[in-house]
Amino acid sequence: MTIGQPLIQARGLVKRFGDFTAVDGIDVEVRRGEAFGFLGPNGAGKSSTMRMIGCISPPSGGELRILGLDPVRDGPAVRARLGVCPQLDSLDPELTVRENLTTYARYFGIPRRVARERAAELLDFVQLTERAESRVDPLSGGMKRRLTIARALVNDPEIVLLDEPTTGLDPQARHLVWERLFRLKQQGVTLVLTTHYMDEAEQLCDRLVVMDGGRIVAEGSPRALIERHATREVVELRFAGDSQEAFAGKLDGLGERVEVLPDRILLYVSDGDAAVAEVSARGLDPAGVLVRRGSLEDVFLHLTGRTLID
Amino acid sequence: MVGLPLPRLAGVTGARRSAAIAERNLTALRSAYWLVLVSGFLEPVLYLLSIGIGVGALVGDLTLPGGAVVSYAAFVAPAMLASSAMSGALSETTFNFFGKMKYMKLYDGVIATPVQPFEIALGELGWAMARGGLYSAAFLLIMVALDLTTAARALVAFPAAVLVGFAFGALGMTVATLLRSWQDFDLMGSAQFTLFLFSGTFVPAEAYPAAVRWLVELTPLYRSVHLIRGVCVGESGWSWLLDVAYLVALTAGMLALASRRMGRLLYL
Ligand SMILES: Nc1ncnc2c1ncn2[C@@H]1O[C@H](COP(=O)(O)OP(=O)(O)O)[C@@H](O)[C@H]1O
Ligand SMILES: [Mg+2]
Repeated sequence: MTIGQPLIQARGLVKRFGDFTAVDGIDVEVRRGEAFGFLGPNGAGKSSTMRMIGCISPPSGGELRILGLDPVRDGPAVRARLGVCPQLDSLDPELTVRENLTTYARYFGIPRRVARERAAELLDFVQLTERAESRVDPLSGGMKRRLTIARALVNDPEIVLLDEPTTGLDPQARHLVWERLFRLKQQGVTLVLTTHYMDEAEQLCDRLVVMDGGRIVAEGSPRALIERHATREVVELRFAGDSQEAFAGKLDGLGERVEVLPDRILLYVSDGDAAVAEVSARGLDPAGVLVRRGSLEDVFLHLTGRTLID
Repeated sequence: MVGLPLPRLAGVTGARRSAAIAERNLTALRSAYWLVLVSGFLEPVLYLLSIGIGVGALVGDLTLPGGAVVSYAAFVAPAMLASSAMSGALSETTFNFFGKMKYMKLYDGVIATPVQPFEIALGELGWAMARGGLYSAAFLLIMVALDLTTAARALVAFPAAVLVGFAFGALGMTVATLLRSWQDFDLMGSAQFTLFLFSGTFVPAEAYPAAVRWLVELTPLYRSVHLIRGVCVGESGWSWLLDVAYLVALTAGMLALASRRMGRLLYL
């Protein structure tokens, strides 16, 4: 492949299961060294896309090139250069933590001695050295996730695919994973990750696409997306009583946009405090007021009319 | 991704990846496995002792179609060897393979590496044969010790038994990709037992009515028993060539089929 050519290039990529279309013609380009994200709610088609990129799911239509190669014809050659952390861990329950790494390395044809060295380094990297001789089952969710990430690195991959790397982890475990992924990024590894956590996408991704219903609804850097589809600040108002709707009319003209959710009203504004003052000036007395920065959650809400996590 | 799996058999990398699958099983070996190993070996030995020697005392000697006269135990022992090679291979490739694929989801992780379904199938089969080979070698030692065959014949019978294992292992793997739940194993167990009873195991196939006999002679266990018995009692002319061709074809065909099915199940 030539210099500057994208590592991953998809055009009109489609995945169908029977007559259901899970990925509906997406265009994606991932460049060397960047951290690229797929942000979207459950069922958006993120995993289906990742599996096609990982060469374990043949595309139903469109074009896909990975590292300049064809994922179906050159599957083994591409997979040799990828590291994959699937949504479900798929660790080997009959092996110990260390054996999971050494055995996986052998699948890549890595010599035993090198495999042992890599395993030791990676265990250290994901802070699992103390559990090296334990079986996989007794590990916590966060530990299993870290082991899966370590396993994805065993072949020194050029691209690491991470499907929801921190879903289901407690905040502490999430931060540890983020920190490790951040280090990988600094080492120049190309990261492709999916998430339905907007803070994860904002923290880790240089560029991302927002997916919904198998399609891409927006693309750009987190900052650019927020600037384009949200505002600098957002005021969340909660009014006592059943219906937020009743209060919406009284907020007309406040900021760029007003979004009414079942449990709160969002005001998209450039200056949050000024907007809060204006709300009181109009004689409204919400039970809860929160001023925060505009986020990818707002972008998603604006583009799809729905929240990322139900 | 699925493609034609057989040409890849030639590749050195393919063989190395298959070896990595077998190596994984070796790493996973824990103490409990030895129990399974011992029980798998004891079963045919018990049949041999109870039926071959016990019933043999009542039946007396048999005259084989070729004219050779052998003791009943010498007649039954090769069949026990063939069926133990069968059941060893089947239990490894159906029960264990099914569990690894559908419950442990082991191969979901493996397919994300360069390893392909055909290489997984070959690796698992090779591994199953290591176990089957152990059973067969031990059983042949007992046969020689009991004077049911000669050491020279036992040496020839060993690769024959390994071939039988390969054929049934490949068959079992294909079956495993077709099974839906553990309940289906009952069905498979019955099929296996039927084969065990009616494959010229305990009586010569010539004793069956012509129509049944034809049917029996088409079954893989019959061909296996025929091959190994021919070697052990030393009378089969050239008909062993047919048995070998049958078993080699069964192995190749089933391996190809099993890896195709695996590809379908894994590459969603
Ligand atoms: N193997 C499959 N067979 C049938 N439908 C599937 C399969 N895998 C995923 N789907 C469907 O495709 C859609 C997208 O799924 P997925 O790619 O897993 O989304 P996400 O990862 O964004 O949650 C979902 O509606 C899911 O039910
Ligand atoms: Mg998913």
